[in-house]
Amino acid sequence: MGDWQTPAGLKYAKSDEWFAVQGDTVTIGITDYAQDQLNDIVYVEFREEGESLDAGDSFGEVESVKAAAELYSAVPGEIVAVNAALEDEPEVVNADPFGAGWMVKIRADDLAPLEALMDAAAYDSYCQGR
Amino acid sequence: MATEELQPLIYDLGSPGRIGVNLPECDVPAASLPAELLRESLPLPEVGEVQVVRHFVKLSKLNYSIDQGLYPLGSCTMKYNPKINEDAARLPGFAQLHPLTDEDGCQGALYLMRELQTWLGEISGFKAVSLSPAAGAQGEFAGILMIRQYHLDRGDAQRDVILVPDSAHGTNPATVTMAGLNAHELPADSQGNVDLQALRAACEGDLRERIAGMMITVPSTLGLFESTILEVIDAVHAAGGLMYMDGANMNALMGVVKPGALGFDVMHYNLHKTFSTPHGGGGPGSGAVGVNARLAPYLPGPIVEIVEEEEGEEPPLYGFVMPEKSIGRLKAFHGNFGMHLRAYAYIRVYGDSGIRDVTRYAVLNANYLRARLMATYHLPYPRYCGHEFVLEGHIEGADAVHALDISKRLMDYGFHPPTNYFPLIVPEALLIEPTETEVKEDLDAFVAAMEAIAAEALREPETLLNAPHTAPVRRLDEVKAAKELVLCCAPALPR
Amino acid sequence: MSYIPHTEADTRQMLAAIGVPSIDALFDAVPASHRFPALDLPPPMSEMQAASEMLAISEANDHGGDFAIFRGAGAYHHFIPSVVNHILLRGEFYTAYTPYQPEISQGTLQATYEYQSMMCALTGMDAANASHYDGATSLAEAVTVALEASRHRRKKVILSHAIHPQYREVVRTYHQGRDIRIIGDRGRGEIVDLIEMLDDNTAMIAVQYPNFFGQIDDLSTLATAAHQVGALLVIVANPMALSLFKSPGELGADIAVGEAQPLGVPLGFGGPYLGYFATRKKHVRRIAGRIIGETQDADGKRAYVMTLRPREQDIKRERASSNICTNQGLMALAASIYLALMGKNGLRRVGELNYHKAHYAAERIDRLDGYSVDKSKAFFNEFTVACPRPIADINAALLEAGILGGYDLGQHYFHLQNHMLLCVTEMNSKEEIDRLADTLAGLA
Repeated sequence: MGDWQTPAGLKYAKSDEWFAVQGDTVTIGITDYAQDQLNDIVYVEFREEGESLDAGDSFGEVESVKAAAELYSAVPGEIVAVNAALEDEPEVVNADPFGAGWMVKIRADDLAPLEALMDAAAYDSYCQGR
Repeated sequence: MATEELQPLIYDLGSPGRIGVNLPECDVPAASLPAELLRESLPLPEVGEVQVVRHFVKLSKLNYSIDQGLYPLGSCTMKYNPKINEDAARLPGFAQLHPLTDEDGCQGALYLMRELQTWLGEISGFKAVSLSPAAGAQGEFAGILMIRQYHLDRGDAQRDVILVPDSAHGTNPATVTMAGLNAHELPADSQGNVDLQALRAACEGDLRERIAGMMITVPSTLGLFESTILEVIDAVHAAGGLMYMDGANMNALMGVVKPGALGFDVMHYNLHKTFSTPHGGGGPGSGAVGVNARLAPYLPGPIVEIVEEEEGEEPPLYGFVMPEKSIGRLKAFHGNFGMHLRAYAYIRVYGDSGIRDVTRYAVLNANYLRARLMATYHLPYPRYCGHEFVLEGHIEGADAVHALDISKRLMDYGFHPPTNYFPLIVPEALLIEPTETEVKEDLDAFVAAMEAIAAEALREPETLLNAPHTAPVRRLDEVKAAKELVLCCAPALPR
Repeated sequence: MSYIPHTEADTRQMLAAIGVPSIDALFDAVPASHRFPALDLPPPMSEMQAASEMLAISEANDHGGDFAIFRGAGAYHHFIPSVVNHILLRGEFYTAYTPYQPEISQGTLQATYEYQSMMCALTGMDAANASHYDGATSLAEAVTVALEASRHRRKKVILSHAIHPQYREVVRTYHQGRDIRIIGDRGRGEIVDLIEMLDDNTAMIAVQYPNFFGQIDDLSTLATAAHQVGALLVIVANPMALSLFKSPGELGADIAVGEAQPLGVPLGFGGPYLGYFATRKKHVRRIAGRIIGETQDADGKRAYVMTLRPREQDIKRERASSNICTNQGLMALAASIYLALMGKNGLRRVGELNYHKAHYAAERIDRLDGYSVDKSKAFFNEFTVACPRPIADINAALLEAGILGGYDLGQHYFHLQNHMLLCVTEMNSKEEIDRLADTLAGLA
């Protein structure tokens, strides 16, 4: 194990997003590993509520002092909520990536793509090897 | 909140009614100004001439510069900027020459540009050169647009992939995207060369029909001459692609090898690196492009040609010409002429015998530093280097110390640091390029400083972690800058 | 060996340290068949010879030292206070690199921050970058920002035909690889006609101010019309005109770009110049090129640093919206010094001198038989004159009288054959203007 958290029960993408499913709504954020790699996050930008995404589309961008990362949704659907509070306090992503640092909620048209993603154990070993 | 400041802002100096210049009275009758079109406020400073002079002199003293000492910034070729070039640039015949002067009235400038085109072509082995690009990045952009158009004209519209080594300057992949093409990254092998197997796989696999070309820096950004360069060029040509050479490192090649002769189709020059035009705190640059015969019709314009041959006593007439299938104009007018004339003077002073020496001594200086420093710092590619080389800024037994800390500590020893964290493929990279204009005593002093820092790293790492100690400021809070985004001082903002 | 300081003893010792017999042995990785080619260049020269050759070449040009310049069209002959050059010649400024190491680059960083601030002041915008190559490339970069702002959904860009013809060419060069349409400039559309072209596929509309013909168009309705369809308004403004006239910010522009050469940069045969780029806070993260921000050091001392770095090519690589690295650092410094010297009062005075002299010249020329000045709109320091003969003939005659005449508009605008664009600045004395008018009178 590295010194990052990877909660069980979530799905993880290689591009370092986590996905939490509740009914047909999927909440997405970035992992503890990712926020640690990025270091001090200074800016987030999300697509707008109501926009539709295909699986693999970008739903926004996160920026630290030295890096910028595109954020991808593994599921298709409509953005039903964005965490606007992060625009003023992006550092919350560093402090609480799986809680207050959530980014968007998507009403998924199809949950099937999540099955191809990693579970916590698989994501951990994926990060170990990077 | 920060209260202490190095030097007040120009807006915080001065007083209402002050002015820093003595302007003439109006010698014509005043016309009436259209009140409804006029602005109400003009929030500029109000400062006297002496204050302005002192303000900028004080600011200048907060900078490090080549004129003060060694500036071993890898990939930037921080060589001495000859003073006579500055004098030449300020001659009224250049400084006060309107860019839209009729051709008869600017034959001197056109002659100079034409000579420089010819010389740059000769040095690199290319048929034609355009001086239009305003910087290296614009030269790259021109080069990739030419490659794109070349394929389009041949009905090869599917060729949309440019191969780029992972050690490349960021401008290379960014350029590819700007031109509407796609960058495909290639890994380096253990010698720092492009991995030939990966290249051949790309050239012979699924991408084959899509390959428009390859961009490669020679010597590579590791400072290493690709020993397999001819194979690389052949592989890409065999797949139908064209070869672009990023000429940022031309200081290692002049008189040693001509990229055009190796088989490259197009390259850019950085006049502000190889040809000594000053970096100016970030610019201006100048990024001429050279091409072989098949790309010559696509050059960005205008270029200078002889439009009427000389006849007896009559000298030839030079004129601006737009190449037949030009990708177009890259900026208004004709490139950064002020940089062209400096490069002209530079090549003129060195001449045929001296230009090769520039490269020979640049490579000697780099190898000397490499040989002296490899005992203290890890050298990931133990070969002769070109004009620069990369070390790992990591000291065994001092794990907390990073390349950045070594760099910051160098400032306390009176040196500008090397390039940090580039190329990306070497961990903790310190890319060191001394250039040919540095004297041995200064190189020795730099080695002594690097050795002393390595010893400090073990003995007193905190000294490095908190460096610099003697610079005008200590390390800066970059997070604060990026979060608060104060990009303009308050008195200047619109009300 | 010119600027190479090595003695034979130095070279010998260095080779011994490396462990090679000769310098040439260091090049063994270069294919032998291509190594050390002959170079057909002229022989070396002493500094004395080089100085006299450069002087001779420079004097083979018709320049402002010998001629009264009445030509503008994107490059302007203005007074540059002596202080500007003296500061620019400080090696601490011109022999420094990009301020990637902020602890030893505060001079460049603060001066650039001041430049950004003064460009905001002039344009009425919230933020400016550290500069682009020139006015034309600034406009091309503004197109990229507008396309990005619509996430590349909008595919139409409207350019006024009264934008500098070369700027429009540059926009087309920059965007030839993109699937967009650039319209508006192939006709003679007035602002109202351009407004007609706006629709919800329009990413941006750009106009020049004063326009290429020197005129101040009525832009009062343009911003509203553009914003109604969600397009950005880009104003290409001559910063010298902004000494007097409403700022792009006041006119509702989203982005102000242009050529800041008039602010302390010499004509120099067209470059290096200074492309400024200023925008509303909303678009700050889409700006290409360097941006300097305020911060503090570990002791709390105010200091400046390059910020918003992840936008740039060295970090974002193939995802960056532009490949630009250099800015026109030294030219931005020139503009900073120029604006500091002029200040609020001086710049307005210079603006007024331009305005009054241009209007005096226009009045005199308009009264001449055979000449007619376009006075349909307000103008600043340039205006269009219909002439009785081809402009090339007129300019040849003016040259005989020691005058570099106006720009031949017929070169780019077919309907403006025999029209010249004249520019009058504070550099033109009444005597020069009278000589211009008198010479023109003799050519009618």
